[in-house]
Amino acid sequence: MTGAMEIYQLLPKTNCKECGRSTCMAFAAALLSRDAVVDDCPILKEEKYRDNYENLTKIVSPVGNASETGMIVHEELCTGCGNCVVACPVNVAEDPYGAGAGKTPTNDKVILRVEDGIVRISNVEDCRRFGENKILCSGCIVTCPTKAIEFI
Amino acid sequence: MNEKYYVCTGCALLCDDIEIECDGYRISGVNSACRKGVARMKGCQDPLACSISGQKADIDAAIKEAAEILTNADNPLIFGLGNSTIEAQKKAIEVARRVHAYIDDTSSFCQGPVIEAILNGQIRSCTLDEVRHQADVIIYWGADPANSHPRHLSKYSYFPRGKERQRGWEEDRTAIAIDVRHSDTAEICKDHFYQIPPQADRELIDALTSALSGKVPKVSFGMESKKILELASILKKAQFGTIFVGLGLVYSLSDMEPLIKLMDKLNEVSNFHLVPMVGQYNMRGADQPMFNETGYINRVHFDTDPTGADVTRHGPECSAVELLRSGEVDAALVIGSDPMGSLPRSIAEHLLHIPVINIDPCKTQTSRNAAVTIPCALGGVESGGSAIRMDGVQVELPVILKSDRLSDMEIFDRILEVL
Repeated sequence: MTGAMEIYQLLPKTNCKECGRSTCMAFAAALLSRDAVVDDCPILKEEKYRDNYENLTKIVSPVGNASETGMIVHEELCTGCGNCVVACPVNVAEDPYGAGAGKTPTNDKVILRVEDGIVRISNVEDCRRFGENKILCSGCIVTCPTKAIEFI
Repeated sequence: MNEKYYVCTGCALLCDDIEIECDGYRISGVNSACRKGVARMKGCQDPLACSISGQKADIDAAIKEAAEILTNADNPLIFGLGNSTIEAQKKAIEVARRVHAYIDDTSSFCQGPVIEAILNGQIRSCTLDEVRHQADVIIYWGADPANSHPRHLSKYSYFPRGKERQRGWEEDRTAIAIDVRHSDTAEICKDHFYQIPPQADRELIDALTSALSGKVPKVSFGMESKKILELASILKKAQFGTIFVGLGLVYSLSDMEPLIKLMDKLNEVSNFHLVPMVGQYNMRGADQPMFNETGYINRVHFDTDPTGADVTRHGPECSAVELLRSGEVDAALVIGSDPMGSLPRSIAEHLLHIPVINIDPCKTQTSRNAAVTIPCALGGVESGGSAIRMDGVQVELPVILKSDRLSDMEIFDRILEVL
């Protein structure tokens, strides 16, 4: 998963405040949490930062397809292996003999399921990263061999 | 939720929990299958047409022509069969007997040696369901199931909770990867990844065998003895261990003897099984009927001796690769395989000089130059039958969609009729 330092290294590091943040590090953190977009930094659009700009737009993927829990599935990376479906603790609790045992989910309460070879999200409100008692569960991230799942 | 589940024929895992959505003539949705399976089940983009010498032909004429080519040839070869049902494979053996052909499948340059050792009882094997319910130590040796068999880890070997492994991957299982590169599977195994240089598998096997015997293991490639001893101690403590053997390991061993020795040693001190990571959905199936009928799994020649009596010959000289290299065959029937695309050019080139009959649902490099092409129904989708999973369990394949194309078994049947 991308970190703020990784993003910071690609920024101009001039602390010019043009983006409205006091430092480039603050801008990096804003990019990571998707509170800002790469285009907010005018200096990055200069010719000498072109490579950095392109890299950043690749790293900081658009927030458009993120779920309410901040989960993004990079569909181009997902192989549909279903590791996340079987490893997700909510899936196991809701469907122990289906998803939890490695088989296809047998009810509609699961959060993750594979459709047409790509993992899809439903019932996000049940995700352990959601709601008042949220915890930093990483069951689906660490089990993904292609790093197709990301939380912002 | 769907009540009916289908079987995916994308690889030899034969996942039997696939949900299908159909809109009349085609499959519109495939749920729970991986991308590989979805691509196979949705059918090919470029279906094969029925042709003779590049000209469009009807199926009866093509089958007649195919039978003629096989009869007129002195040394015909039947090759492929990994993507055919067991029923079709049995018919293929019958055709081979009738025309005194060589018959070989892709296992002769794939998992053949391992399957042979298992069928001959030299290596202990187990089923994938046993792995799911019982296995606590799982080794992927020279294999990268995250790419080759995407659902391997999630459906059977590492992530699922089983009867005796209720806490699943978090606490109850240890996954180990031994490979020459940091593969996607190694990424999941994290600290239990053992990187070795190419061709060093034998050395590591020997070192492990001696570590299991209580000696200090030594290898020339810089892996510390401590690390090997650590690995050996994990293996020793295993209640139910399984080694999944990939092509990386099979290709680096000249014979199976060190592996058999390691398995014997492992079974002295603990409880270990071995399962080959078979690629094509029914390659293990191709070996089974041949083994039952001839005692050999592949590379068979149904020959006649000088008196005219039938004899069955077997040996490395009967493998498709050797036959094409030496140019001994003068006609070939290729079914469900693409030697022009997968074998080295110097070997596959011989197929350009002999009449080739290609039976396949899709256009391939081999069908491009074939004298006769016969389209067949997509196994496991448009035609049913049975197949053998990588662990030797027979799985029935239901038909999903009706098609007017003949199944590969029916094509062999028709060829037999003409013969």
